[in-house]
Amino acid sequence: MPISFTLNGRSRTADVPSSTLVSDLLRDHMNLTGTHVGCDTSQCGACVVLLDGEAVKSCTLLAPVLAGRSLTTIEGLAKGEKLHPMQEAFHTQHGLQCGFCTPGMVMTAIDLVNHNPVPTEAEIREGLEGNICRCTGYQNIVKAIQAGAAAMAASTTAAAA
Amino acid sequence: MRDFAYHQPATVPDAVALLGSVSESRPIAGGMTLLPTLKNRLASPSALIDLAGLPGLQSIEERSFGLAIGALARHADVARSRLVATRIPALARLAGSIGDPAVRHRGTIGGSLANNDPAADYPAAALALGARIVTNRREIPADDFFLGLFETALGPDELITGVVFPAPKRAGYAKLRNPASRYAVVGVFVAETANGIRVAMTGAGNGVVRVPEFEQALATSFAPEAVAHLRLAPDDFASDMHAEAAYRAHLASVMAARAVADALA
Ligand SMILES: Cc1cc2nc3c(=O)[nH]c(=O)nc-3n(C[C@H](O)[C@H](O)[C@H](O)COP(=O)(O)OP(=O)(O)OC[C@H]3O[C@@H](n4cnc5c(N)ncnc54)[C@H](O)[C@@H]3O)c2cc1C
Ligand code: FES
Ligand code: FES
Repeated sequence: MPISFTLNGRSRTADVPSSTLVSDLLRDHMNLTGTHVGCDTSQCGACVVLLDGEAVKSCTLLAPVLAGRSLTTIEGLAKGEKLHPMQEAFHTQHGLQCGFCTPGMVMTAIDLVNHNPVPTEAEIREGLEGNICRCTGYQNIVKAIQAGAAAMAASTTAAAA
Repeated sequence: MRDFAYHQPATVPDAVALLGSVSESRPIAGGMTLLPTLKNRLASPSALIDLAGLPGLQSIEERSFGLAIGALARHADVARSRLVATRIPALARLAGSIGDPAVRHRGTIGGSLANNDPAADYPAAALALGARIVTNRREIPADDFFLGLFETALGPDELITGVVFPAPKRAGYAKLRNPASRYAVVGVFVAETANGIRVAMTGAGNGVVRVPEFEQALATSFAPEAVAHLRLAPDDFASDMHAEAAYRAHLASVMAARAVADALA
């Protein structure tokens, strides 16, 4: 079935079977392989994308749901060479090792900070309930999200000024 | 996953008509339970009826007696609702404890109740609060709705459209979260209602149940100490890879005491 939606700010139409998962649509049909698939139980969060700005698991979302809606993936965050402040923070705070979980972590973190601009450490850890990392032990991910939240606040203040 | 036809009805009668006429069809709401089931090929319907377009089913409204919540209200909507936080704060906290943020952005109260997972959270709230499940054709008291493991009183082409919750005098919920799924290993919801103390337990094994032992003890004294040391018989609990029956029976009293403390906080 044809499905028209906005993907990273651009209108797109995909013609795929209605049973297509959004994670497969992105990876196999849109050549956007930044969205990772790490489990088949909807638990790991490597596949998290933003649907109308809200974090959702693309491995547990059917493509027809996208019709008329707006989807943002990890590829849609940077402006040209300039990383999104949350991506930049994961880089500077060493918020990743192998990087497999990172796209989902960054998308979840952006949604968290949009709802809660100054999250406490406990709120960040609670917000990461659905994102599993096998490498880092989470410490630097939490630090990265704290730094990313501050940078996002600073960039909106700068934009408003 | 086997391919399926996908229907997006715009009204409840259309959705019900499709369920009745399209063979092997299943409703889908948030898909947070149904899609993992399809991915594992534990079910393979030939058609899905997407409920997302049904009008008015996302609402959360105040009634003189409490709250009316639409079947499509997502866990995140209930968790963030000022109205729920004011009228039944324990219900808002329960919704905020389901799964993780991404699950709460898709999963719905109607889907959770229809699924009746033996470790799900909402069934405990519905049963303890004496909720009524509203369908396209009737209202079913929670006492008659949950029929054990994944079984409910719903007919094959019957849809949940909403849930009405009488507001309690006070209520509380506590669960031990499974560290991987966040489902309840054991969860206990206590409520002081117009019809006395009601206590419902999820995670015991065979679906949500009321716990008369806790209800009687709390009717005498609504305090954590009244239930903290009251041990239920392990025979009524299941053993599985997550917990043994004796441990679950022990957890029941611990969670009941915490739920009472939550209600008093
Ligand atoms: C990683 C993860 C963690 C989770 N953790 C928890 C947890 O901690 N606690 C908890 O309680 N749950 C948990 N869940 C389950 C979650 O709450 C689901 O949202 C819920 O069980 C089903 O709601 P849904 O809207 O997604 O329903 P769906 O998956 O769309 O449907 C579930 C079933 O209900 C039927 N159905 C749906 N809506 C209706 C309706 N209105 N009328 C009739 N039938 C209907 C469907 O046909 C299907 O059989 C978790 C799920 C995941 C993936
Ligand atoms: S791949 Fe989606 S949650 Fe693991
Ligand atoms: S950095 Fe390797 S899984 Fe998180």
